[in-house]
Amino acid sequence: MNFWRKVIVITWKDALSEMRTREIVFSVLVFTFLVIVIFNFAFSASQETIALVAPGIIWVTFAFAGVLSLNRSFIMEKEEGCLEGLMICPISREVIYVGKMLGSLLFMLIIEAIALPIFAFLFNLPVLSLQIVAITVLTTVGFVAVGTLFSALAVNTKAREMVLPILFLPIIVPIIISAVKASGLALSGESWSGLASWLQIIVAFDVVFLVASFFTFAFIIEE
Amino acid sequence: MKNNILLRLSFVLMLVTLYLVFLYVPTEKEMGIVQRIFYLMVPMGWLSLLAFLVVFIGSILYLKRRESKWDILAHSSAEVGIVFTTLALITGSIWAKPIWGVWWTWEPRLTATLVLWFIYLAYFMVRSFATEESRGARFAAVVGIIGFIDIPIVALATTLWRGTHPGPVIFQGGVAPPMLLTLLVSIAAFTTLYFVLVIQRISMKNDEIEIKRLGELLS
Repeated sequence: MNFWRKVIVITWKDALSEMRTREIVFSVLVFTFLVIVIFNFAFSASQETIALVAPGIIWVTFAFAGVLSLNRSFIMEKEEGCLEGLMICPISREVIYVGKMLGSLLFMLIIEAIALPIFAFLFNLPVLSLQIVAITVLTTVGFVAVGTLFSALAVNTKAREMVLPILFLPIIVPIIISAVKASGLALSGESWSGLASWLQIIVAFDVVFLVASFFTFAFIIEE
Repeated sequence: MKNNILLRLSFVLMLVTLYLVFLYVPTEKEMGIVQRIFYLMVPMGWLSLLAFLVVFIGSILYLKRRESKWDILAHSSAEVGIVFTTLALITGSIWAKPIWGVWWTWEPRLTATLVLWFIYLAYFMVRSFATEESRGARFAAVVGIIGFIDIPIVALATTLWRGTHPGPVIFQGGVAPPMLLTLLVSIAAFTTLYFVLVIQRISMKNDEIEIKRLGELLS
């Protein structure tokens, strides 16, 4: 089997176990919904304040949702002893990384695809534009690129799920800034060229950390 | 022995720096006396980057060669680095208070330094949360690599996000010669101090390992 066929098998394994247990997507969606509602109380919603803080709310919510779902991605492997199974398989560590990363990406995108309309509905904002969708997809790629690496790291430590946010959040600062700024501009009706410099940072982050994580992942799950 | 010379050199350079900063260099016109903190803040910021560069290189070499000396180098450099990053943040706030009227402002370089500080913190936490020492070393090395790669992107994003810092005036000929001299001597003094501290820390770590080995032999 070539590289991508093996990758697809691992991603499919994750998707299948998710379809049977509904552990990640459903619970994270409920969490996301709750966070949006709580934020609504925090900023006693008048339409002007909401328009101002909406990009921040979207990205804080997605970053937290990312931490939750990425944590689950490897904790499940560890609990069921599946990680050992994967390590025995005649596949390279890079295959495991890409497979797990695509699985997490898939789950995050599904969560966001449902959360964004909820957002538009509750806050009466035009978040369902092509620009916002593009920003969301690109930023999510950056999230899962580093998130998958750190999730595998966190699950092998004593503190487990405490470790992921401590590692993940400082590293994603640049794309959080860029995504918030770009979404804010998009919501105020800016054209694509106005978003360009922010999108460039997001894409640069994605590429750099996909490559860096790809090459360092093998050192995380060595034994 | 080698460290002794470095120690003396850094001591002399530090004295010269203090003389230059407090007696020699003229007071800056607009900002007044507080501007003198600049000659301490810039070297500290520079050291926090230099230290992390050494962590980065040490981490790569450790993952490649698996010799514990590289891990000890990276770990020692990170310890010295977080001290200087903390000091840079503190002096930065002391500078910000009279100039901008607030202790903290989300100014690009301060923000980037804070993010760097958090990454350093994660570096130590990962190490202490690992179940075995060798595993902690590997995990920390990965964080050291990923964290260092992140710095330019953080700097880019925060600069684009905000901008009120007195830009890189040094490179535009905006600094008077005595000021430039003071800054350069101060950077040299702090860099020497960095090497003194890292070498000291490495030999301490080696002693710790030796003591542990002897302890295991005895028990």
